[in-house]
Amino acid sequence: MKHKVATTVNGSKHEHEVEPRLLLVHYLRDVLGLTGTHIGCDTSQCGACTILVDGKAVKSCTMFAVQAEGRSLTTIEGMAKDGELHPLQQAFWDEHGLQCGYCTPGFIMAAAYLLDQNPNPTEDEIRRGLEGNLCRCTGYVNIVKSVQAAAKTMGGAHAKPAESQSAVRGS
Amino acid sequence: MAVTTMIGARIHRREDPRLVSGHGRFIDDMTRPHMAFMTVVRSPYAHAKIRSIDASEAKKAPGVHAVYTYADFKDHITGGVPVTAAFVAEKKYVPNQFPIAHDEVVYQGEPVAVVLANESGQAADAALLVKVDYEPLAAVMDIEKAMEKGSPTVHLGAPDNIGWDLTYSPDSPEAFKEAEVVVKERILQQRLFPIAMEGRGVVAEYDGYDKHLTLWTSTQIPHFVRLFVGTACGLAESQVRVIAGPDVGGGFGSKIRPYVEEYLAVIASKLSSRPVKWIEGRSENLVATTHGRGQIFDIEVGAKKDGTLVALKVTQYIDLGGYQGVFGAFQAVACLLSGGAYRWKHIAARTVGVLTNKTSTDPYRGAGRPEATHLVERAIDLVAREVGMDPVELRRKNFATEFPFTNNFGLVYDSGNYGGTLDKALELANYKDLRREQEALRKQGRYLGIGLSTWIEICGLGPSAATAPAAGVALVESSQVRIHPTGGVSVYVGTHSHGQSHDTTFAQIVADTLGVPYDSIEMHHGDTAEGPAMGYGTYGSRSLAVGGMSIRMSCLKVVDKAKKLAAHILEADEADVVFDQGRFHVKGSPEKAKALGEIAFASYGAGLPEGMEQGLEAVSYFDPPNFTWPFGAHICVVEVDPETGAVDMRKYIAVDDCGNVINPMVVEGQLHGGIVQGIAQALFEEVVYDDESGQLRTGTLTDYLVPTANEIPELVLASTVTPSPSNALGVKGIGEAGTIASSAAVINAICDALAPFGIKHVDMPASPDRLWKQIQQAREHSNGERGARK
Amino acid sequence: MIPAAFEYARASSVEEAAKLLNKFGEDAKVLAGGHSLIPLMRLRLAQPKALVDINGIKGLDQIKEQGSKLHIGALTRHVAIQNSAVVKDKLPILAEVAGEVGDNQVRNMGTIGGVVAHADAAGDYPTIALMLDAEIVTNKRTIAAKDFFKDLFTTPLAADEIVTEVVFPVANGPHKYIKFRRRLFDWAIVGAAAQKMNGGWRIGLTNVGPIPVRAKAVEDALHKGAKPEEAAQHASDGLNPSGDLRASPEYKKHLARVLVKRAIEQAQ
Repeated sequence: MKHKVATTVNGSKHEHEVEPRLLLVHYLRDVLGLTGTHIGCDTSQCGACTILVDGKAVKSCTMFAVQAEGRSLTTIEGMAKDGELHPLQQAFWDEHGLQCGYCTPGFIMAAAYLLDQNPNPTEDEIRRGLEGNLCRCTGYVNIVKSVQAAAKTMGGAHAKPAESQSAVRGS
Repeated sequence: MAVTTMIGARIHRREDPRLVSGHGRFIDDMTRPHMAFMTVVRSPYAHAKIRSIDASEAKKAPGVHAVYTYADFKDHITGGVPVTAAFVAEKKYVPNQFPIAHDEVVYQGEPVAVVLANESGQAADAALLVKVDYEPLAAVMDIEKAMEKGSPTVHLGAPDNIGWDLTYSPDSPEAFKEAEVVVKERILQQRLFPIAMEGRGVVAEYDGYDKHLTLWTSTQIPHFVRLFVGTACGLAESQVRVIAGPDVGGGFGSKIRPYVEEYLAVIASKLSSRPVKWIEGRSENLVATTHGRGQIFDIEVGAKKDGTLVALKVTQYIDLGGYQGVFGAFQAVACLLSGGAYRWKHIAARTVGVLTNKTSTDPYRGAGRPEATHLVERAIDLVAREVGMDPVELRRKNFATEFPFTNNFGLVYDSGNYGGTLDKALELANYKDLRREQEALRKQGRYLGIGLSTWIEICGLGPSAATAPAAGVALVESSQVRIHPTGGVSVYVGTHSHGQSHDTTFAQIVADTLGVPYDSIEMHHGDTAEGPAMGYGTYGSRSLAVGGMSIRMSCLKVVDKAKKLAAHILEADEADVVFDQGRFHVKGSPEKAKALGEIAFASYGAGLPEGMEQGLEAVSYFDPPNFTWPFGAHICVVEVDPETGAVDMRKYIAVDDCGNVINPMVVEGQLHGGIVQGIAQALFEEVVYDDESGQLRTGTLTDYLVPTANEIPELVLASTVTPSPSNALGVKGIGEAGTIASSAAVINAICDALAPFGIKHVDMPASPDRLWKQIQQAREHSNGERGARK
Repeated sequence: MIPAAFEYARASSVEEAAKLLNKFGEDAKVLAGGHSLIPLMRLRLAQPKALVDINGIKGLDQIKEQGSKLHIGALTRHVAIQNSAVVKDKLPILAEVAGEVGDNQVRNMGTIGGVVAHADAAGDYPTIALMLDAEIVTNKRTIAAKDFFKDLFTTPLAADEIVTEVVFPVANGPHKYIKFRRRLFDWAIVGAAAQKMNGGWRIGLTNVGPIPVRAKAVEDALHKGAKPEEAAQHASDGLNPSGDLRASPEYKKHLARVLVKRAIEQAQ
């Protein structure tokens, strides 16, 4: 039996009848045609499907479309405003934060949430904040640089000095 | 003479605006009218007979258009997935891989049926209703057991499991005569999943009326897909259009072959008269897409007490899987590069390809060269320890220093400066301070380790004489440069970019060679309907050295014709016309100039010189005279916690030389990604099968540990520039270099850290539980020795 | 992969949720954060016939201190526990544990009620709950943590029983949770928790068996005056962990001892 789901996506209202089993990421891609959100795994690891639900970063592959009823969603297509790239998009471009580009929308959305919660992150905080996103091309180096650059542009006026990041180990 | 402004420039990429905006066009973004979704029913068994397939329930399921099995495909596909000679010309046993199983499955994941439905959910549901009656058979999972006489065979009725057994150069007792020390070791190269973030997918649209096929596929080799899949499906290349992507989300070697799902989707489209889409899920990708590495090396190293390397004996065993990979024998190049950056009196090498009931192995970033670097860099450190020499000094003592350098297998290294990169790396690492710190920490019961990897590699495939026998066609590269009447430049190249930034870097080359504005150049790749008749794809770090050079060649042909026309227009002798920064002028009269754009427009008009046709375009096929040989020195610093076996990577330094650089930002990015994949192999990733049941245990990304941003140390990059004499651009390749170097640096560092325990070698992945166990065993062993001495 | 089809209903109250679960029967499941359930459904390892979505139930995500107890609503997301001033003040170990579950995206959705009800051996909250004698309150009864985690994925919850809150004692003395894993967002290979309270220690272990473990032998040794290293030797007493891809049984027992020692030493 289909269920109605009404959402606001990137500022536009949508209403559809969907099967309960339709994952939110498939709703965005196949029903709304917003194919910028990608699928990279099936165990909620890779984060390529990250979007914002009411401003919170969520893996859209681990939510059913029906759960988004009444919510406001932001996808990568909603980041640019009036033809101008969002500072994160610009930063990824400037800092070579992408190579094949497949994981990029997920990273940008995860980074948007990270900077919203913490406008002045240290390098360690950036890496921690992006722990839910996998990249195979960049080795993460320029992704971190991109987020640092965006933080500066977005007015993290007192950016903390770069600390050499400490990899997390068990002890 | 053009002033170089774009080559060498750190400019940001023209590919990025659409990619950062979510407007990339990856295969799952493609839809066609009335498209059917295809799901593949796959064998859950590593080895089994198929007694019967009952699709009756599946066919009646909602939205199902058809269910096809071998019976439906057999008259529409000729032959099977090709297997190239690669580095093993003569093979013993090459089982034919028809794209769908008939009565036997030989790996978990082998297709047995396909379901077409209107919606992907319906196809997934119906696939579970296909009833396959399997009779499980003995699964051959261990390559050593597979080689034993009397072993069950991977394929029923096969003589044995040996795909090939080739000795490149035989062992000789004489070789080790001069050696005063001999070290033996077994080195494991675990199976890996390439895990491009985008899995594979296909949209096949077969037009039965015009007998045309359009195939969108996530591939690195669109022209080879056209060649192999098209012809196997009964079509001429001229009837097939393959589009790679249009955007492809990474490959790393896992997308450089025709895949069974491509054949199946094409015929499914033909049979159903609908476009057919197939997209693999990640867990599916782990069994359906080829694996990397999967090798065992037995090495024996002989040296003099003063550190002079004498002889090396290498035996390589490759776990091929149920079918030989299209390029499964490429990894045998590990034997040919086993001497690394060093001079050896003698190298004996033998490669054995062994079939198992697993997914095929095929190239994965580095494809044989990481294996070579790993074994020789480990060998160096083992010898250094044996003779009591600093591993830095041992390397210096044995480096090849005169170039071109011909190695023990006749391969000619074009240029190198191994001491130069090593010196720079040691300086960046503060090597002497590190050794002092190591000493001090050891006194506190802490274990710091420093690991070196002075790597070389062979890339830029490749000269026709070498590649044609190996691949069937010469792996040259094609390009087409067209200048339109109003001056815009269209460039087509047969390579493909799936992260390597060619749209940007190749345009940089064109801008300088033609002297035209960078923004007037449009780059095209990946669509076989455009450009020259044949293209060769991207793999083996070849695109710049071969593709970039081909583009340069086409540009120069265009300039040559333009010059003739310019001379005609300027009423001068061609010999007196100078081409400089995009303009033609007569020597001595620079003010009387014509821009290339003006000449282009004129080339489409009247009044051309006698015998000259209209138009300004050229096609080139560039046949490189040699492979190219980048090199470098990496240093990894780790601390090992003996209580838990955890490895903390403190720092990673890489000094690399890929000859002249087109865009340093792109080179650094390739190194970052490559280094991290090698670190991932050294510490985290491993494909694990259950030997008893034949089942894949690492079946999802929960169990297969692709590292996050938190598991990566600080990467410090630097470079030297030793141009390649092999091509006019002086370029080499860098796409795989990071991976080729890094696993050895990490493992050498761990072995260095654990040397006080008497640990000589550590295998990959050096996970905490494994290291802890090794440390325990070493402690027990030394306690036992101490006990015995009492 | 695409999950199998199911029926779906949203509950606006606990009573309605229980009614719906009764209506759908044994094959129905509660949908809260969905981050344990949906991954299983995508692989078709779980194929519930119906999902009862409780995310809309108001009042189930409150964090309240009452007396010397901390009441955490079952629908409280990990991120809320991580950032809660009340939790950081009254039971900081829980805030730290919450901050280490998965990643940001998971923490925005996953709930404490969900983790507790799912009873995965690698879950971190169950260890803290057991170690501190927490209580799991449902729509039917209150169950002591020591009676709640029966076996892997097995709790006494009935088909129409929903966790409504988890009640912890207040404890803001020295504490440390060490979650030993390979990647930052992984489950614990082994986790060790140490909490000083009421003059003594509580020690808990994650993923050393099918259910969380309270290392009483360590607690007793510490009580008798043993140094951390000595006491921690008892961490593996009675443990019989199963091996998996990450760790052998022997290694898990060893890690239990090492991590307990370190947790006690590093407790602040």
